[in-house]
Amino acid sequence: MSAMGRIDVAIRDSLGRFALDAAFDVPAEGVTALFGPSGCGKTTVLRCIAGLHRPADGHCAINGDVWHNRSHFRPAHKRPVGYVFQEASLFPHLSVRRNLLYGAPQRPGCSNDIHFDEVVELLGLHGMLERAPHKLSGGERQRVAIGRALLSQPKLLLMDEPLSALDRQTKDEILPFLERLHAGLALPIVYVSHDIAEVERLADHLVLMRAGTVIASGTFDAIRSDPSLPLAQARDAAVTLHAAVTAYDEKYGLATMEVEGGRFVVPLPQTESASHHHLTIAAGNVSLAREAARGTSILNILPARIVSASAANEYETIVLLRLGRDGTGSRVLARITRRSWDELEFAPGATVFCQVKGVSLAPA
Amino acid sequence: MTVPPEIWVSIRLTIALATATTVILLIVGTPIAWWLSRSRRRWKEAVAAVVALPLVLPPTVLGFYLLLLLGPQGPGGLIAGLWGGRTLAFTFEGLVIGSVIYSLPFVVQPIRNAFDAIGERPLEVAATLRASPWQAFWTVAVPLARPGFLTGAVLGFAHTVGEFGIVLMIGGSIPGKTKVLSVAIYDYVETSQWFEASILSAVLVIFAFTVIVAMMMLDKRLARPTA
Repeated sequence: MSAMGRIDVAIRDSLGRFALDAAFDVPAEGVTALFGPSGCGKTTVLRCIAGLHRPADGHCAINGDVWHNRSHFRPAHKRPVGYVFQEASLFPHLSVRRNLLYGAPQRPGCSNDIHFDEVVELLGLHGMLERAPHKLSGGERQRVAIGRALLSQPKLLLMDEPLSALDRQTKDEILPFLERLHAGLALPIVYVSHDIAEVERLADHLVLMRAGTVIASGTFDAIRSDPSLPLAQARDAAVTLHAAVTAYDEKYGLATMEVEGGRFVVPLPQTESASHHHLTIAAGNVSLAREAARGTSILNILPARIVSASAANEYETIVLLRLGRDGTGSRVLARITRRSWDELEFAPGATVFCQVKGVSLAPA
Repeated sequence: MTVPPEIWVSIRLTIALATATTVILLIVGTPIAWWLSRSRRRWKEAVAAVVALPLVLPPTVLGFYLLLLLGPQGPGGLIAGLWGGRTLAFTFEGLVIGSVIYSLPFVVQPIRNAFDAIGERPLEVAATLRASPWQAFWTVAVPLARPGFLTGAVLGFAHTVGEFGIVLMIGGSIPGKTKVLSVAIYDYVETSQWFEASILSAVLVIFAFTVIVAMMMLDKRLARPTA
């Protein structure tokens, strides 16, 4: 039985080349990303949640409300979802305003409603309300489609790669809107994507899919830093930490930033005024040492404890560490050679020093 | 020389027949077109073939079967009995039934094509916006298929105006009841009334030209941009 506050989904169906057998149970809050390579069944799972596709077998319960099980299948139009398709799919015969209002309840409702003016404001739709959809740019259309889904007063928002049909520039124009959506509305979102950059910016929870099955699900930070999973083993594996600026050295342009279990010294332009940052550390930029090195140009050498390790390939090992001598701080990944791992006799539980050659920053 | 009054009778009758036929065809043809467009049953193409049959069947063959069906011995006789008639053959109602069957493919095909062209997506969008299938049909499918409806209506109307063989078989040439324009022209030529025949023929040429122009303008509208 599924509990309140959960998105509990299990889908079994055939998917052309392979069988789809995907199950996950995540909190019904924030953004849950369904992440995996193209064609792994993410979209089919999303369509099953929306009721657009009836799988051979499975169940779907949102907040304890059963939408689908063996004996019962609630049709799409009776499910309180909003669905944003890959292409905006606006109704070409209706103006932007009438597209937005198509799914809006006729009777002006209760206080927790998502209001028209609010959506227009949030998505920057002023000045295009009376226009026809084909007069809009791709990015504008997708914003209207998101607004239209929101105004149908969904209890769950489903987004199927809403940015993948757009060019880089348009993506960057829409992502801030999605982040505002995430921050401003208490609406759970299931977001399908194969772009780790999008997922990194939006996701709280991650459901990792491969060839029709769910290989892991959990918080984004935990999945991303699990050495046994593909995200940590990828070339571009990284972790992102939340950092607060505690001091600034004007002479050298260096900021001291506090993270859980450690302290980083990072070059920061003086003009940058944000006091909180996302600190991204690529696994390839972290090396490990038995002792704290002296006489090195590396600014950031932090004590940490090895949690676990896993082979990324024949010659490289991915190591998960937690910062601090007691090993209770932030999770950090290091990619080292298998030879170093063996020769330095690293093992889970050992205390080591992380040498961080570079980090990248984004204001939080 | 003035236009003889019987010509006006034929013109009025033709317009009445074509209008009634078109209205009935839009009502009957729309659900057929929708079913042909959306159904996943394998035998639906067999139904499509039956609907398309009048395209290739000689009108006299269709007329012959209709005569049997509408006549006193067929179901048409039974139906006519409801209001004290003996037969549906050689009546205006019989002509309407014949025209509906004869012009069916001309209405169903453009509407079906228009429904096909919409695709699944707009209806899926409507469903995720809480529109029932019935609401989605009226608020999304029908407006998006509007050019198909216009094309179907124009073709159905024009085709009914122009039919001859079937009318002759099941309607004969009763003035004010079944003597439509095409039959009237035939009668005038038979009796060497060339003036009347040429007036009516000219009227039909102008009508046909107008229909073609209207169709071309509709085609342009069909090609409007979509989002």
